[in-house]
Amino acid sequence: MFVCRRCVRVLRSALLYVQPPVTPASPLPAGGAVDLRYRSVTTGHSSASLLPRMPSGRRRERRESCGIRYLTDHTEQKSASPHGQTSSSVLQQSNHKTAQGEAFKLHREASRSVSVPAAQTLIDLDAVPCPSPFEEISEEDAIQITVPSDLPPVTFTLRDYVDKSETLRRLVELGVNLSKLEQRPNVGSMLVRLDFQADVAPRLFFLKDLGVEDSQLGLLLTKNPFILTESLENLQARVSYLKSKKFSSESVAAMVSKAPYLLNFSIKRLDNRLGFFQEQLGLSAQKLRDVVTRLPRSLCGSLEPIKENLKVYELEFGFRKNEIQHIVTKVPKVLTANKRKMTQVFDFVHNVMGVPHSLIANFPQVLNAKFLRIRERHLFLEYLGRAHYDPAHPNYVSLERLVSLPDETFCSEVALASLDDFERFQKTL
Amino acid sequence: MATQAARLLRKLDGLFAVYKPPGVHWKLVRDTVESNLLRAVNSSPPAAPRFQVHFQLLSSGESSSSRELTVTATRLPALADHPLVTGPQFHKIRVGVGHRLDAFSSGVLVLGLGNGNTALESLYRSHVTRAYTLEGEFGMATDDFTHSGRVIERTTYGHVTQDKLERVLAMVQGANQKALITYSRVNLHSQEAYDLAVKGMLRPQDKSPPILTGLRCLCFDPPHFTLEVQCVNETQWYLRKLLHEVGLELRTTAVCTKVRRTRDGPFKMEDALTHNHWTADDIIPAVTHLRDCYTSVSSHPSFSIKHNTM
Repeated sequence: MFVCRRCVRVLRSALLYVQPPVTPASPLPAGGAVDLRYRSVTTGHSSASLLPRMPSGRRRERRESCGIRYLTDHTEQKSASPHGQTSSSVLQQSNHKTAQGEAFKLHREASRSVSVPAAQTLIDLDAVPCPSPFEEISEEDAIQITVPSDLPPVTFTLRDYVDKSETLRRLVELGVNLSKLEQRPNVGSMLVRLDFQADVAPRLFFLKDLGVEDSQLGLLLTKNPFILTESLENLQARVSYLKSKKFSSESVAAMVSKAPYLLNFSIKRLDNRLGFFQEQLGLSAQKLRDVVTRLPRSLCGSLEPIKENLKVYELEFGFRKNEIQHIVTKVPKVLTANKRKMTQVFDFVHNVMGVPHSLIANFPQVLNAKFLRIRERHLFLEYLGRAHYDPAHPNYVSLERLVSLPDETFCSEVALASLDDFERFQKTL
Repeated sequence: MATQAARLLRKLDGLFAVYKPPGVHWKLVRDTVESNLLRAVNSSPPAAPRFQVHFQLLSSGESSSSRELTVTATRLPALADHPLVTGPQFHKIRVGVGHRLDAFSSGVLVLGLGNGNTALESLYRSHVTRAYTLEGEFGMATDDFTHSGRVIERTTYGHVTQDKLERVLAMVQGANQKALITYSRVNLHSQEAYDLAVKGMLRPQDKSPPILTGLRCLCFDPPHFTLEVQCVNETQWYLRKLLHEVGLELRTTAVCTKVRRTRDGPFKMEDALTHNHWTADDIIPAVTHLRDCYTSVSSHPSFSIKHNTM
């Protein structure tokens, strides 16, 4: 095993460089500027035009020749007089001040430093462990030297931290999409501050006990990283609330993995929201549980659009109350769907295709389908003379067959035409 | 070595045509195409991760009494290059749109990918003509000249015959021919002008109002009628207004029920991709197929002659 001595020295100097005021520095480096300055301290004459450039030049020199400097340090400490030492340390101190007015400060401090007792300055200097380049260090010492990590203090991405931080590493291994998370405000710094063993692991175990599948954990945390900052008692209380409402444990797990923000809602809010659905839909408890389990998203989002959608179905579309209930239990997604799209589809299906309400209520998936798809297929069937949606008609096309079949099967089974013909027809629209 | 995604992206370079369905904004078409292509490009496997050397401190086996410590160097893939950390490799693809089609109209819409956008620009600087099929209906006038607008006026159309309609169309075409000669900036008494006019190559040289270079009636079945139009510098609004004015000229009113672009420069209806085919698998063959056409565009600026002569 071999650790280069120069490496160790560089490491040490890097460590020492952190505390500049107490670092002893040599008064005799090779460098014109520093020489000049030294003279100016001793003689008490300083030229303001020369001084401002000095600190940077001095610092650069320091960084470049750390090996040499430590060599001189070593000899200096043994031989130099206390007076010379103080003036050099003062020099060092003033290096870190601003250039402006430096000459005056330097002057003052140089004159003050004369009055400082020599013994005291010596003690100060001795307190600093200053290793010599020739000093033998044991292998174990050398191996224990840790390099301070070069993490940027400010960054725009978590990429810089991911190799250093245990939490981030584990999260990536879980399948959390950090590139998505870092785009959200405050999430990045929250994740960096988390400790894996203390913060993340208990919540992961909690989710796993709940029944969330392993493959879902990454997706869940990508959607809702804030579950990692929620307290465990709260999470437990919310789960037990859901269970007290007779949601089975499987359905709770499914709900949590489908709607990750569910457990961030307080019990009171959850209760209010369940109450809202009960009141608006007027469903039985079992059916409501079924609807909520299939679309837990509706519990987390805003309730105003849901209310609005229900009004649209009732007043604008003219569905009866029980028809709406039937539609919602069959396709819960209609609760959160876009009002404008639904109106467009319903308008076409009801007014252009002439399908009555009862048929739409029987197959509400048609409201979920794409408008372009419905229109193209209807116009194609109409062009072929096959657009019969009345179940009493001999060659009747059910809404299900119209909407849910893929293009090839639709052409071959419903339209009785080839796919090419259908495409050619699409280009005449 | 380029990654597979970069190689795929290099293939996506050129022009192709899509068929825009009516009722869809052109921007939505463009964004759909872009997101489909991005999905395809980003789904290809990422570049191999860099390797980082980690020094791990290990006590040398069971003989810890000797207090020997060993540092072992291991090479592990850097986590900073993990696809979950870096995110998708490409965030945008340059997709340019040729002559626009508004939401009401449908038809061939030319899209340019990557460096094809430059070709797209030079294509439109060469004043290519576009062909449209317009369907109209007599008997009603609306505020936006379409059949779905607010009705302003209702009229009778019993007196309109195909003969009268064609007379009006000929008049419109004559006026446009005159405008074309003015804007093409050639001396009317020169041999050059004669040669150009014989070949049908007269084109407006720079900015000009919309000019119809061809107009005829395809089908007359009152109240419905269909026109075929070739034109330059047009907008779909202008074409709908044209139908309205034809209606007024015939002492009745007309609205437009359909505007359909059947050709845009060299791009014909047969090459256009319908909206089920706006995926990378279908776009790449279309681009490569049309690349020959594109090279001929860049070498011969007068490539559109054969399409314009009817």
